[in-house]
Amino acid sequence: MNTPIAIEIVMLLAGLLFVLGIVGVIIRKNIIFMLLSVEIMLNAAGLAFIAAGSRWAQPDGQVMFIFILAMAAAEVSVGLALILRIYHQHRSLDIDKLKEMKG
Amino acid sequence: MMDHLLWLIPAFPLVGFILLALWGKHLSRFWTAIIGAGSVSLSAILTLFIGLNFLSSTPADGHYSQTLWTWFEVATFIPKITLYLDALSLVFVFVITFIGALIHIYSVAFMAADKDYARFFACMNLFVVSMLLLVLADNLLLLYLGWEGVGLCSYLLIGFWYENPSNGYAARKAFIITRIGDTAMAIGLFVLFYQFGTLSIPDILALTPTTWHEGATITTVTALLLLAGGVGKSAQLPLQTWLPDAMAGPSPVSALIHAATMVTAGVYLVARMHVIFQLSPIAQMVVAGIGAATLLIAGFSALTQYDIKRVLAYSTISQIGYMFLALGLGAWTAAIFHFMIHAFFKALLFLAAGAVIEALNHEHNMFRMGGLKSKLPVIFWTFLVGSASLAALPIISAGFYSKDQILWYAWASEHGNTTLWLIALFGAFLTAVYTTRMLLLTFWGDAKTAVSHYPSKLMTIPLAILAFFSLFAGFIELPHNFGHLTLFSDLLHQVLPETILKAGIHGELLFQLLAMLVTFGGIYMAYILWYRKPQLTEKLKQSAPLIHLYRFWFSGWGFDQVYQVLLVKPVVFIASINKNDVIDKFYQGIAILMVRLNRALSFTQSGSLRWYIIGLVVGAILILSIQVIL
Repeated sequence: MNTPIAIEIVMLLAGLLFVLGIVGVIIRKNIIFMLLSVEIMLNAAGLAFIAAGSRWAQPDGQVMFIFILAMAAAEVSVGLALILRIYHQHRSLDIDKLKEMKG
Repeated sequence: MMDHLLWLIPAFPLVGFILLALWGKHLSRFWTAIIGAGSVSLSAILTLFIGLNFLSSTPADGHYSQTLWTWFEVATFIPKITLYLDALSLVFVFVITFIGALIHIYSVAFMAADKDYARFFACMNLFVVSMLLLVLADNLLLLYLGWEGVGLCSYLLIGFWYENPSNGYAARKAFIITRIGDTAMAIGLFVLFYQFGTLSIPDILALTPTTWHEGATITTVTALLLLAGGVGKSAQLPLQTWLPDAMAGPSPVSALIHAATMVTAGVYLVARMHVIFQLSPIAQMVVAGIGAATLLIAGFSALTQYDIKRVLAYSTISQIGYMFLALGLGAWTAAIFHFMIHAFFKALLFLAAGAVIEALNHEHNMFRMGGLKSKLPVIFWTFLVGSASLAALPIISAGFYSKDQILWYAWASEHGNTTLWLIALFGAFLTAVYTTRMLLLTFWGDAKTAVSHYPSKLMTIPLAILAFFSLFAGFIELPHNFGHLTLFSDLLHQVLPETILKAGIHGELLFQLLAMLVTFGGIYMAYILWYRKPQLTEKLKQSAPLIHLYRFWFSGWGFDQVYQVLLVKPVVFIASINKNDVIDKFYQGIAILMVRLNRALSFTQSGSLRWYIIGLVVGAILILSIQVIL
């Protein structure tokens, strides 16, 4: 049997992944990479749920993870469709070139 | 039954007003005249029918009344649109519709060349409606509606020739000054409602003697507040300054509104609410005092004017002063009698003056008239009759009988005293002097301005009818020692109390002889000063004290100047300081702050997704750390 990993380390990993995701959304120019970063953030949240579920021996954590998985799939399909439309319309995926507000 | 037709009296002119106001521009002059003058004439005919019916079979409770509908309902306050005709309102309704109809017929010819023919008749009809509502109202609220309505029409008609800015100024002056009185009157109505919980006139008059004590403060205050309303409307001291300027309106307007009807609304109000005044000796003394002071001041001013219409305006103020004097003396019927006779002869004088002014190509200055005796004979004879009545020429003129009553009561009534009698007598002397002066300057002497056009039949016939009444209307009420006919006062004693005389008063004949002597003295003095020896007048005018006195009287005793300094200047000054509205600055500040904030925050709406996300993250971190810390 594998020795159980301390929950603190898993949570640290989840936090690291989440921050990576945020940083990715903020600094990336390409929309596809931004979508990717959002997926990383979702998975970070999922990882935290799984770890918490196993720590307190509750099924809720895994239920939430399946829920997140389904939602992420839906989000990606909608997101990719949007990206496709944006590319058709603007011939570019650069987020900075796509802004139209003059604020 | 006649009381079911009561509503038709104001309804005819109301329909006339609506038709002329809505379609006046599309109607021909002929139809405008038919609607304008016809509606009031129908009212006059109907009034004659109802009046005869009232006189022949006076109802047991002394009045006809007709409730048309409930105006509105607020808790226990349910004013109704109820018309109420008793002997007092009958006299007023008769004067308003009958003289009103004659003036409308005269106007058909007088205003014929005016481009705003329909507007003129629309305003005149609306005035007649409002005035009828005022005197027919059964409650004080409806009376107040009519009261404000006549004020509005007065404003509209004084400023009828609005292209000239000074006419608009005169209209505003009249409106604002009367509004001062109206405000006081409104407060008086509030007090009455607070005390009695109703504004119905018969109810208030019935409740007052049992609720209020004689001479109590509340009685005096209420009476004085109501009096203030009357003083404003009737151009009495100290609110008299608007009436001479109101002569900017067309002559028929001066005749109808500023001589015969509207300016006597104050007399009507005091007579209608006489129970309250009877309970307050102070208020009644004030009424008499105001009347006496006004008749004297206006008499002196009339003596110095050169504009024929301003002479008549001051004389109107002075004659209404007589009415107030009579009201203050408790000579209620004498006041109303003088009102009726005055309405006849003053309307006549204004209409005749209007005809003269038109004939001389809009010349108002009497010193440039003259010699019209033979050129305008009909105008001359009718004007002569009107002047005789104004000057109270003994025996033959109606004015003698009405004014002699007031002079007699100034001495003999229980409120009368020597001072009031002397003032009234001197006022009669002044009246005779300025009337004769006006007559001599206008119709005698050399012709100074050529007659450009002659009055038509439509103008002379109303003059002749009014002249007939100015001569003979006085015979329905003859003095005790001369015929002793009391038709008029018998009628009014249904509503108004009898005048109480001092005990042991004799010698009415002596007083009548004195009054006659004074009148003839005045006529003779004017004859000397302005006809026989005009050079003497010129010489008198040159002497230093007299010229100052002359100017002082000419300017209406300096009231306008005093008000200018005391009231108009400070108000204008404050208005000019506050031109940009101090309080508004605060609200403008809020608006400016919002605009600034909007500018400051609008750069955050850049459309740059990464900035939005940074904002979200920073916000989330902030909220989380606050939760952790707390």
